[in-house]
Amino acid sequence: MRVLRSSAVTAVAAAAALTAVSGCAEKSDSKGSDAVNVTASDDKCELSKTSFPAGHVKINVQNKGSKVTEVYVYAPDDRIVTERENIGPGTKAEITATIKAGSYEVACKPGMKGDGIRQKITVTGGGAEKKSDPALDKAVAEYRKYVQQQADETIPAAQKFADAVKNGDLDEAKKQYAVSRTGWERTEPVAESFGDIDPKVDVREDGLEKDQKWTGWHKLEKSLWDDKKISDDDKKLADQLMTDLKDWQKRVGTAEITPTSMANGAKELLDEVYRNKITGEEERYSHTDLIDFEANVDGAEKAYGLLKPVASKHDPELTKELDKQFDAVKKALGDYREGDSFKSYDTVGKDDRKKLSDAVNALSEPLSKLAAAVAK
Amino acid sequence: MADEKTTDAKMTDETSTGGKKPAPSRRSILGWGGAGLALGAAAAGGTAAALRGGDDASPSASAGDAVPFFGDNQAGIATAVQDRLHFASFDVTTTDRAALVKLLQEWTAAAARMTAGHEVGEGAIGDNEELPPDDTGEALGLKPSRLTLTFGVGPGLFEKDGKDRFGLKSRRPKALIDLPAFPGDNLDAARSGGDLCVQACADDPQVAVHAIRNLARIGMGRVAIRWSQLGFGKTSSTTPDAQTPRNMMGFKDGTRNIAGTENDRLGKYVWVGQKDGPDWMVGGSYLVARRIRMHIETWDRTSLKEQEDVFGRDKSEGAPQGMQRERDEPNLKAMKDTAHVRLAHPDSNHGVTILRRGYSFTDGTDGLGRLDAGLFFIAYQKDVRDGFVPLQTQLAAKDALNEYIQHVGSAVFAVPPGVRGKDDWWGKALFA
Repeated sequence: MRVLRSSAVTAVAAAAALTAVSGCAEKSDSKGSDAVNVTASDDKCELSKTSFPAGHVKINVQNKGSKVTEVYVYAPDDRIVTERENIGPGTKAEITATIKAGSYEVACKPGMKGDGIRQKITVTGGGAEKKSDPALDKAVAEYRKYVQQQADETIPAAQKFADAVKNGDLDEAKKQYAVSRTGWERTEPVAESFGDIDPKVDVREDGLEKDQKWTGWHKLEKSLWDDKKISDDDKKLADQLMTDLKDWQKRVGTAEITPTSMANGAKELLDEVYRNKITGEEERYSHTDLIDFEANVDGAEKAYGLLKPVASKHDPELTKELDKQFDAVKKALGDYREGDSFKSYDTVGKDDRKKLSDAVNALSEPLSKLAAAVAK
Repeated sequence: MADEKTTDAKMTDETSTGGKKPAPSRRSILGWGGAGLALGAAAAGGTAAALRGGDDASPSASAGDAVPFFGDNQAGIATAVQDRLHFASFDVTTTDRAALVKLLQEWTAAAARMTAGHEVGEGAIGDNEELPPDDTGEALGLKPSRLTLTFGVGPGLFEKDGKDRFGLKSRRPKALIDLPAFPGDNLDAARSGGDLCVQACADDPQVAVHAIRNLARIGMGRVAIRWSQLGFGKTSSTTPDAQTPRNMMGFKDGTRNIAGTENDRLGKYVWVGQKDGPDWMVGGSYLVARRIRMHIETWDRTSLKEQEDVFGRDKSEGAPQGMQRERDEPNLKAMKDTAHVRLAHPDSNHGVTILRRGYSFTDGTDGLGRLDAGLFFIAYQKDVRDGFVPLQTQLAAKDALNEYIQHVGSAVFAVPPGVRGKDDWWGKALFA
């Protein structure tokens, strides 16, 4: 979990740009004739027009196929601008959204799967968003895919953990605990950008606000390792955890991600390691801190790797140093590997913790300069 | 604390070496290369006075002035002792000699800027808001505060775990020994040793802390702080006309220290000379640092008579026992055999003399509610084998003070000569 609530990746902005609620009041300037008609079938996604003015846009969807479908509007970096799920065969749906000028894609997803059948659209008008660098758009799109994939893979892993808790199987629950957190830890800054999910799933006891009920992973961690028993309430919390994680999985695609926020997110992941993992605060009962540590580093390296082609053009010395220091951190961490997992952190002495801390410092300093190298 | 100073040279009546005279302007410092710096930091104040009348019209000099960074000797040794200390010991974490050299060049540039009262790099604000600023910013608006940054290299730089890490093994000075174990030592490895050190002294604690913090930040990935120590009160002065400070035991200590103006004694006991060698150390010195914890509570319960017997001085005036004034020549025979002053006096040590620059410290309380306080002892000498080692051997065996103190940290460093100009850097001759 994080302490500060100011993340470089803000979902708030995305939420504001997205007014895709079905009941959204239709403005008078959005007449029927201005609406974009989307005819979706099992193998086609046809649009009545591919160019229309910026502002309040109404999209009328008709599903003429045999499968349940979804319709998305994607920004160039694959951010979801608006979407509607569960449009049954033969039914219609209406989507409204405020869309700024720029290039977008409309996707129909028959069977609600995959990247969908896509059509390019142009939204015209003033106040267009700054023309973006295609290389950076690609980096953001790839990262978005990674983030979604991490969330998708978390659900079955977390379900195993939740099931073990619900079955009262202490040993199995302990075994599944850290593994269930990996996807979350790899993409934490994005996950945390949804201000309401992090406090439910990843809060520690000391992070609770007044009258806040303690829920999520760490409450269960305490039950499993400290109380050494699973209460009835814990079983309910396991279900709650799944509900909250599914909410995250569903919304994560809408997160506002920019090249700068990716770079800062990578730095924040190392900040997480420095503040909470090196100190052993994060997993104070299970001592699985090194598993989180690796996940944080993995996630940071993923973001860095995607930005590297651009960053290395602007600041080759920086990327050379980052390559070196990522390797050094992974090597330092490797000393504590045990089978396919890591040593319990309570067995890692002060001298060894200092070595890890020094390695994290060595990486974090140059990493703090990545955002500027990308933005140049 | 570990010694009392000799008087083989007459105490001089010269005025302070610094702190009371205006420092040279920035332009004076920069234009002040090479031989003009022969006196180096030792005579900073005096030289500065001689330069007065340049473009620096500042009428008053104060604790806020800058001490020249460039010179034949490093500043921070014979320089008039500042009020505050932040001493840092570093482990070298890189195995790459070129990366280490680059660090020392970057450090030197940053040190030259900070001692002149400037921000490091592009400053504390910078013009790219996506970037963390180069300088950490807490010294903005503060004066140079007579900041000195003194750099040293420890034994580990030459050889560690049997490895010649940077091809420097053959260049290790004979005088840079690993200190022997002394009776009563209770050294904490985490507060001892180090491959490099920087001693930051300033009249403003925030200026000293800022300097170490920024050097540590610049060093990340190449060096890592091993330990550091804050000192809040000077316990020795190199300015004999100034009030001798009291240590945490309430006694004046360091009355007979070497003065910054005593070039003959500095040459004899502190600076490494041409014939001493090695070449890269000429103009340098050797630093011994000891964290000496005081058992404050038991000391405070000790009678005045015993306290004075332990030191061999009177508590009020600081006079040697049997004498009237602080600076009266001590009559060693009037003291107990185990008195600190008597045992540390050069006459009891075949003339052994060191320059002391220690600071009192209090790091809050320990887990048992006792004050974690004492003396961070710093001594400079031409050769550790003729300085600290014989002295501490004697004190560890006999000093009555041992009942009230414990040495808990220890380190030794070779302090190279001063940086002589823009193309020079800390340790350049060692890596040549």
